Amino acid sequence: MTAIVDIDTKRKMLFQLKRIRAVEETIAKKYSEGKMRCPTHLCTGQEAIAVGVCAALRNDDFVVSTHRSHGHYLAKGGDLKKMLAEIYGKATGCSGGKGGSMHLIDESVGFMGSTSIVGGTIPIGTGLGLSIKLNGTDQVSCVFFGDGATEEGVFYESLNFAVLKGLPLLYICENNFYSVYSPLHVRQPSGRNIFEMARCFGIESSKGDGNDVIDVYSIVSQSVDYIRTQGKPIFLEFTTYRWHEHCGPNFDNDIGYRTCEEYLWWRGKDPIALLINNIKNNNEIGDPEIKNIEKIITEEVNEAFHFAEISQFPHSEDAFTQLFKL
Amino acid sequence: MHRIVNYVKAVNEALHIAMESDAKVITFGLGVDDPKCIFGTTAGLKEKFGSERVFDMPVSENALTGVAIGASLNGIRPVMSHQRLDFFLLGMDQLVNNASKWFYMFGGKRSVPITIRLILGRGWGQGPQHSQNLQAWFAHIPGLKVVMPVTPYDAKGLLLSSIFDDNPVIYLEHRWLHNLEGEVPEGDYRVPIGKAHVIKQGEDLTIVSLSYMTIEALHAVDVLERQGIHCELVDLRTVSPIDWETVFQSVKKTGRVLALDTATETLSIAGEVVAKVSMELFDALKSPPRRLALPDFPTPTSLALTEKYYRRAEDIVNIVGEMLGNNLNIKEILDSRKSFHDVPGDWFKGPF
Repeated sequence: MTAIVDIDTKRKMLFQLKRIRAVEETIAKKYSEGKMRCPTHLCTGQEAIAVGVCAALRNDDFVVSTHRSHGHYLAKGGDLKKMLAEIYGKATGCSGGKGGSMHLIDESVGFMGSTSIVGGTIPIGTGLGLSIKLNGTDQVSCVFFGDGATEEGVFYESLNFAVLKGLPLLYICENNFYSVYSPLHVRQPSGRNIFEMARCFGIESSKGDGNDVIDVYSIVSQSVDYIRTQGKPIFLEFTTYRWHEHCGPNFDNDIGYRTCEEYLWWRGKDPIALLINNIKNNNEIGDPEIKNIEKIITEEVNEAFHFAEISQFPHSEDAFTQLFKL
Repeated sequence: MHRIVNYVKAVNEALHIAMESDAKVITFGLGVDDPKCIFGTTAGLKEKFGSERVFDMPVSENALTGVAIGASLNGIRPVMSHQRLDFFLLGMDQLVNNASKWFYMFGGKRSVPITIRLILGRGWGQGPQHSQNLQAWFAHIPGLKVVMPVTPYDAKGLLLSSIFDDNPVIYLEHRWLHNLEGEVPEGDYRVPIGKAHVIKQGEDLTIVSLSYMTIEALHAVDVLERQGIHCELVDLRTVSPIDWETVFQSVKKTGRVLALDTATETLSIAGEVVAKVSMELFDALKSPPRRLALPDFPTPTSLALTEKYYRRAEDIVNIVGEMLGNNLNIKEILDSRKSFHDVPGDWFKGPF
């Protein structure tokens, strides 16, 4: 289901894909310097879902996310400098150094928070959906989670509640086929489609190619229209693949849980290359413009890393603040 | 003007007042609008405030805790109720990993103003899974406030404070207190979270108590008074954060402390009271601190098996006697017993 997507949207999505890729790869390159001292889950290879989904959302729509949330945060419009400063543990970070890579927040763009317990934000996004309904606004609450989270109890509980109450929820399952190093086939019976299982709860659902940003954007745009007008939830599954190790900057195909062939097949489905092919086939954007996009991104990313590196650490005494809101 | 109402009515009034004064307050839980309305505590809410704001819920304790958190991030003030604490244990993930940490881990960006009412069981064969008093679990988690009101006055005032606090509050409501009557003003008033209440002044010994054990302590203090022993009774009301100033002030005066708890003994709130008093006021102590809590066993069910399991006024009197080196008389207490040890009084006919 690939609709016609206008060139402006494609241009914005290309920019976001390349920007997220540049951020993640710069983190990977610099991680061994030992300045980013927290578990960091890179989304390289999975950017198209974050970008396609968030391009179809409004600024005031809510997003909650997971341990692997850099792409979601940036695609929703989250402040890059504050994200990197947070990963560097600096006072200028979006959570003041109390959260790190797995606890990003930028409420000014509706990014309400990411957490690190599998499935942990599924009911929280559902509760945001309840608040939207109670407040009578036409926002959408979007929850990103992985295939592993669909094995958690709160997943079933939350879907049931969203359907029961008719909540404006967009559930996005990023199926990258692994929970850490445990493949899907040891965790769920063969032949099951996650999106079909979800449909059994009475929720509209479908599946798309999570590496094809045009496909993601098309499906999500229609879904968001449906959610806003019908006031009902939708479940979407997008297949994709992470390129780096589960956690950290390296590649880990050598440790034996996945094959090099599998990895290379997915590398051949690079979301950025797919979009550029689409654009070039339609003669929409030329190489000079792509080069210019890369130049702008490189400057922005370098500046943001510089900001994170030169920012001050919080005072050690700040560890003992913000237990309660006074 | 004295206005006497029972604990259930006090809780109910607090919910009505909160929902009336703030349209963002919602309340949900299994049975909030069923014919029994959680022992009557949620009566009339749905009729008055509608099914959008007052609703029964799927039996999904963990997700609904998360739903409460999520809703609270966007201005809603949810009050969730469970008829026994034991069922809520499935919600510990959302409570401990998310609610208690949200304000802290996002650098103070957004707090979680939710109230979770959990009812604590005792007696009548509630047994291993309907009578756990796990206040120490909650109090152990930084970022949670935990209150355990005893009187109807405190029940209403602390529930209103809990609902309008900007942080997650665990409101622990003992089933045996539901029929307790006391003076309760009309309208909105607040009992501050984190303030203990010196129920009775005395010079000989400090009893630090919480929840239902405060009722047993009141009986014991009365009997001790007639035997010439004047205890100071401090009801904690809030077990996190504990009002140490009030506790220390009392123990400095009396030099002796007995800590009571409705939970099993090891790593209990009573244990914390003993530890902190020992560390801070060692030189002021005339005798070793003591605690009286439940044995470190699951709760048995049978009438016969609970006889020595639960702690009562006579146990308090006996310990006070040991601490003071006196042989005290408990006959008065035993003679006054009109009902079995496994009910709070004749009003309680079960089943839970």
